[in-house]
Amino acid sequence: MLAPERIWWKPLHRMEKSWLIVAFSWCVLLTIMMPLWFFYGRQNVPATTFRTTPQKYQQQTTAFIEQYQVDTLNRLPVVAPPPDSDIYLLARQWQWTPVLQLEKGKTYRLHLSSTDVQHGFSLQPVNLNLQVLPGYDYVATITPTQSGEFSIVCNEFCSIGHHLMVGKIIVTE
Amino acid sequence: MATIAMPTPGDKATFRTCPVTALKVDLAAERLIIANAVAAVVFLLIGGLFALLLALTRWQAIHLLPPDWFYRILTGHGFDMLVAWMVFFEVAGLYFGGAVMLNARLVLPKVAWGAFILMAAGAVLVNVIVLLGKADVMFTAYVPLKAHPLFYLGIIFFAVGALIAVILFFATLVTAKREKTYEGSMPLVTYGLVAAAIIAVYTLLSGALAFVPTFFWSMGWIDNVDPGYYRNLFWSFGHPAQQINLAAMVAIWYALAAITVGAVPLNEKLSRSAFILYILFINLGSAHHLLVDPGPGFLWKATNTSYAMYLAVLGSLIHAFSIPGAVEVAQRRKGFTNGLLEWLRKAPWREPGFSALVISMTLFGWIGGVTGVTIGTEQINMTAHNTMRLPGHFHATVVSGTTLAFMGLTYYLIPLIFRKELKLKKWASWQPYVFGFGMLLVSVGMIASGLQGVSRRHWDITFAGAPFKAAVPSTAQLMLGIMGIGAIIAIVGGIMYLTVVLVSVFTGKRQEAHRLTLVMEQKNPLVEDAIAVVGVEVDEAVAPKGTFVIVLAFLMFFVIYYFSNWWLLGRSWMIR
Repeated sequence: MLAPERIWWKPLHRMEKSWLIVAFSWCVLLTIMMPLWFFYGRQNVPATTFRTTPQKYQQQTTAFIEQYQVDTLNRLPVVAPPPDSDIYLLARQWQWTPVLQLEKGKTYRLHLSSTDVQHGFSLQPVNLNLQVLPGYDYVATITPTQSGEFSIVCNEFCSIGHHLMVGKIIVTE
Repeated sequence: MATIAMPTPGDKATFRTCPVTALKVDLAAERLIIANAVAAVVFLLIGGLFALLLALTRWQAIHLLPPDWFYRILTGHGFDMLVAWMVFFEVAGLYFGGAVMLNARLVLPKVAWGAFILMAAGAVLVNVIVLLGKADVMFTAYVPLKAHPLFYLGIIFFAVGALIAVILFFATLVTAKREKTYEGSMPLVTYGLVAAAIIAVYTLLSGALAFVPTFFWSMGWIDNVDPGYYRNLFWSFGHPAQQINLAAMVAIWYALAAITVGAVPLNEKLSRSAFILYILFINLGSAHHLLVDPGPGFLWKATNTSYAMYLAVLGSLIHAFSIPGAVEVAQRRKGFTNGLLEWLRKAPWREPGFSALVISMTLFGWIGGVTGVTIGTEQINMTAHNTMRLPGHFHATVVSGTTLAFMGLTYYLIPLIFRKELKLKKWASWQPYVFGFGMLLVSVGMIASGLQGVSRRHWDITFAGAPFKAAVPSTAQLMLGIMGIGAIIAIVGGIMYLTVVLVSVFTGKRQEAHRLTLVMEQKNPLVEDAIAVVGVEVDEAVAPKGTFVIVLAFLMFFVIYYFSNWWLLGRSWMIR
């Protein structure tokens, strides 16, 4: 609160010095954890992104559904694509289309985009979350490690029906 | 701009002399401090009422509001708390730290009133539009979700007003220096406020870059605003806006430590360098909100998320040692030298400024800081983005930390600036505990439900009416219940605060303050204890050993929480 004397550039106390060293080392460790995980970890944030338009993305998704549809669930198409393929999930107010049926341990290139406002891809109960923007085709290379039924909750506010927007991913053995 | 704000030689200011601190107080500055502080408290009141409605809705057993009103009130709550309450209080703080603490006059008080009116008009406009249901877009207003143009205009008004206030603060500093109103260097508290003000400048400019085109777009003057770029620009405003709070709060921590126990910064060089680290690196933190966005790659995200090697976090870690350390040294100098922690046991726990300081620092650091750094880690963010872990984090920082620090300081501003006797001292003495305990439950309830996948900004986790049900564990429901109970307790604490403030301001006897502390029967620690030790070296007997142990315990907790999150991530599906 009080104005100190003009020269306040004084050496540090022993304890201050020790804490500074400990704290800075922790900061360095925090920093290198990210590149370490980038090279050795199995869960990394997808970086592949393409520009798209709502119309183009809608067409791609429709073609994808026509090609691999196997069933209908709650009036939504259920799609069973082969492993290592491009799979499309379209977000719009307030629906995730289609229902995806995947195989455990197989890898897929999951495309995410929106045809209207921003949405949030929240895979539960795995608890993996990604942002979905209109105009951006976000590609996540995913490998399900569990089988069962998983829901996709929208976790970015997308207007009044936001809480009704739930989709599904079914993972078979 | 500074040249415009320069005082003309004819400028005259009227002063009174504060009997406690012997500082000259510019009456124009004093009136502006009062106006801004009152506006802040009004928005705290509105935002607090909104908070109660929201918590009682997310507490699934009560589920109070219908969905449209839930989202509407949530939009208003975000703006009133994160912007209006905080920035009004900060402007009051800037005028206090600039004019009063430097013994100087505030330049161009008329312009400062103009800034105040702009801010007030903007804030009222935003609230009206939101309550009319014309802007159900959340505080973030992510395009292409569109609000009424007046919503964006209200925010722009508010930001321009705030920017003018910040410029006046800088001009006041320059004038004080020229007119030699103080000796030596600027006090550390003011120095911290300068850091906050510098951050405020680029924050508010980013806000303009985000909101001006969006306003044009809402008017139909331009076709579209790119959602990805908008997010980047919005968060260059939204996140650093909270870092202004951070810098202001840390400055207030130093002030509270000085007021209540006469603590003197251990090493001005260290504390001041920590503020410099904030200025240089904290703006990178805006990228935390874009970690799982399409567009940027790993290097961009990792560089920004680490604040270029967590150097802003280092700043906070320095304060985490310096402030309790300064308190410890001050206490040990009073003779509390037994063991590691006698200084803490014998601290003035009934003094609201002291308990507010300790609770604010504890909840800010242990909960807000630790969870913030963890969810702000690039890969870990995939398990946290847009879940309740986020509001859990920032309710620990902005509410338990900043709001409580501001509340603690208010009790001293009332006698010093409002020049009213503080009434209901017992209430004031208990208030930080009630509010802090409630907020602890709120934050922990939010974080724990978020760890189980519960989304933020979501009206109904039972998903009634949705095509599919998402399995939300019953423990998550329990955690939301704890959050609701905590919110009620915190609201009680908030009402206690408002009652003390209003009763004191309206019914308190007009009197000059005679000492700084409120409930302790003792002399002024700031004036009488501190002056004697300024510049005295810290010797072994008074060295902050207890603080050293406390910060090491904190670091252990940090390490455990951080690595358990990597473990959690490692159990997830493979993704790249």
